[in-house]
Amino acid sequence: MINNLRVGLMEEINFPQLPDNQTGLSVIVRFRGERERERDEGRRMDLMEKNMELIEVQKLEGHTDRVWNAAWNPVSPILASCSGDNTTVLEETHTRTVRSCSWSPSGKLLATASFDGTTAIWEDLGDEFECISTLEGHENEVKSVSWNASGSYLATCSRDKSVWIWEVLGGNEYDCASVLNGHTQDVKMVLWHPTMDVLFSCSYDNTIKVWWSEDDDGDYQCVQTLDESTNGHSSTVWAISFNAAGDKMVTCSDDLTLKIWRADISMMHSGEGYAPWTHVCTLSGYHDRTIFSTHWSSDDIIASGAGDDAIGLFVESKQHDSVNGPSFNLLLKKEKAHEMDINSVQWSPSKENRLLASASDDGMVKIWQLETIP
Amino acid sequence: MVSGLINENPIVYEIKERRDVRAYSSNTDELSVDAIDQLEVFDHIRDIKDPEHPYSLEQLKVLTEDSVEVDDTKSRVRVTFTPTVEHCSMATIIGLCVRVKLMRSLPSRYKIDIRVAPGTHATEAAVNKQLNDKERVAAALENPNLVEMVDECLSPSFE
Repeated sequence: MINNLRVGLMEEINFPQLPDNQTGLSVIVRFRGERERERDEGRRMDLMEKNMELIEVQKLEGHTDRVWNAAWNPVSPILASCSGDNTTVLEETHTRTVRSCSWSPSGKLLATASFDGTTAIWEDLGDEFECISTLEGHENEVKSVSWNASGSYLATCSRDKSVWIWEVLGGNEYDCASVLNGHTQDVKMVLWHPTMDVLFSCSYDNTIKVWWSEDDDGDYQCVQTLDESTNGHSSTVWAISFNAAGDKMVTCSDDLTLKIWRADISMMHSGEGYAPWTHVCTLSGYHDRTIFSTHWSSDDIIASGAGDDAIGLFVESKQHDSVNGPSFNLLLKKEKAHEMDINSVQWSPSKENRLLASASDDGMVKIWQLETIP
Repeated sequence: MVSGLINENPIVYEIKERRDVRAYSSNTDELSVDAIDQLEVFDHIRDIKDPEHPYSLEQLKVLTEDSVEVDDTKSRVRVTFTPTVEHCSMATIIGLCVRVKLMRSLPSRYKIDIRVAPGTHATEAAVNKQLNDKERVAAALENPNLVEMVDECLSPSFE
C-alpha cells in the first residue's frame, strides 16, 4: 500500500480508460468544451423553490484503493485525486499514502501531503509533473496542506499536533517560517483564509484554532480557539471551508454536525485588530456517520460528504430571523452517492456549471452536476 | 514494549459449542443472499488470538456472541469487547485486530464500530476514539511492526 496521486483527463463525457502503464501524475484531466449554457437569469434566486437534482456526470475509476482527496485546479479545468494505491512515479518521492493535495493559486504547482511525514511540491511541466521540492520536519503523518491566497505561504499540519508555516522563496526554495503548537491532538486540516493571511486548523482535539500574525512580521500566534464552550464541536473536527467573501465558514465533525461561523472581517481589513469568529448555527440530523468533508461553493451552496455514503447540499434560508441570525436548510441529500464512505467533496471553481467532485473509500472519484429539473 | 505482561494470570473460560460453519454453504438457492447475523460475525472474530496469551478472545471472554450487534439491512455492525484488566494497554491492539478481521471478512458496504464495554477500561473514551478514527487506523496499518503483530493475532482465526 504505497500511494498514488492521479491527475486525470476527461473528454466531455467519454473518459478514456487509463492504460496500465499510466501512473501517478503523468495523466492530466481537462474538461473539453465546457457546455455553454445560457445564464439562467433566476440563478441566484432561491434554490429551495426549484426542483434540484445532483446528477452523476462522470465516474473516474483509475484508483485501486480508497481515494482520500480530490482537488480542482483553480485556473484550468484539471482535477487531482490522491489515494492509497500503488504507483511508480510517486514511490520515489512519497513512501506512504498521499493523504491530501492542494493546488497553488496560480494553478502551476501541486502540493501533496503524505503519511510519510513529508510534503512534496510538484510542478506541471505539461506532459508530466516533476517534484521540485520536499518539505521535511513533521514527526509523523502530514494530514493536510494549504496555500495562502497570494501563494507566498504554505501551511501543513500533522498527527504530531503541530502546524507549520512555510515561506515560498524563489528558485524552488521553501523555508520553515513557523512551527505552531497549541493543539493537544492530531491536526486534521489546515486552511488559509481566502483573503487574509490568517490560518485556520482543526483537530482530533475537537477544536478549531485561528492563527494570526498581528504585526505581519511572521510571528503567528493562536488568537482564538473554537471549542465546546463557544458552541463548538464535541468530537474530532475534520474539515473547514470558507464562503467566497471570507466572512463565513463551515466546519464538519465526527459529532455528526456541520457548524456555521461568522466574523466581522471588515474590521480586520481596516486594521482594527482581530475580529473573533462566532457560532451562527448547527446543522444536525442530516448525516448519521462522521462528516469528513465540507466545501462552500462560490454561489453559496454548502456541500458535505460523510461516512453514510451520502452527499448533502445546504443553502441559507431566505427567512431572516433578526434575533437568531441566518439559518441553513437542506437543499438535497444524495443517498448512496458512493458505495462506501465519502472522504472529500469539492466544488469546481468553474462559473459555467455547478460541478462537484466527490472521492470515496470505494476507490472512485465522481463528478456531479447540480441541475434544475424542469 | 512493557517488560512484564499486562495480565499475568488471565482467566480462561470454557467456550460454547459452535454451530457447524459448513451449514452456511448448504443453501441450495444460488441467488439468495443470506443476511449476515450475529453468530456469523462472531465466528469471524472469536478465534482471534490475544496479543499476550496463547488463548482466543472468546476463551478469555474478551468477546462473546452478545458482543456483536448486527443490522444487516443498514449494513452496520458494532462489536463491544471487554479487556481482561482495566488498564490493559493491549486494548487498542485487540480493537484493531477485530476491526481488521471484520474489514477483511465482511462485505465492503458494512460500517464497523468497535468499542470497549462501558466501565471496563480506565481510558475508555480515548481508546474508543482511536479505534473509530479511520485515518488513524489507516496510518497505524502502514506500520510494519504493528501489522506483523495484528497478523499474528489473526492467523488462528483464518483457519
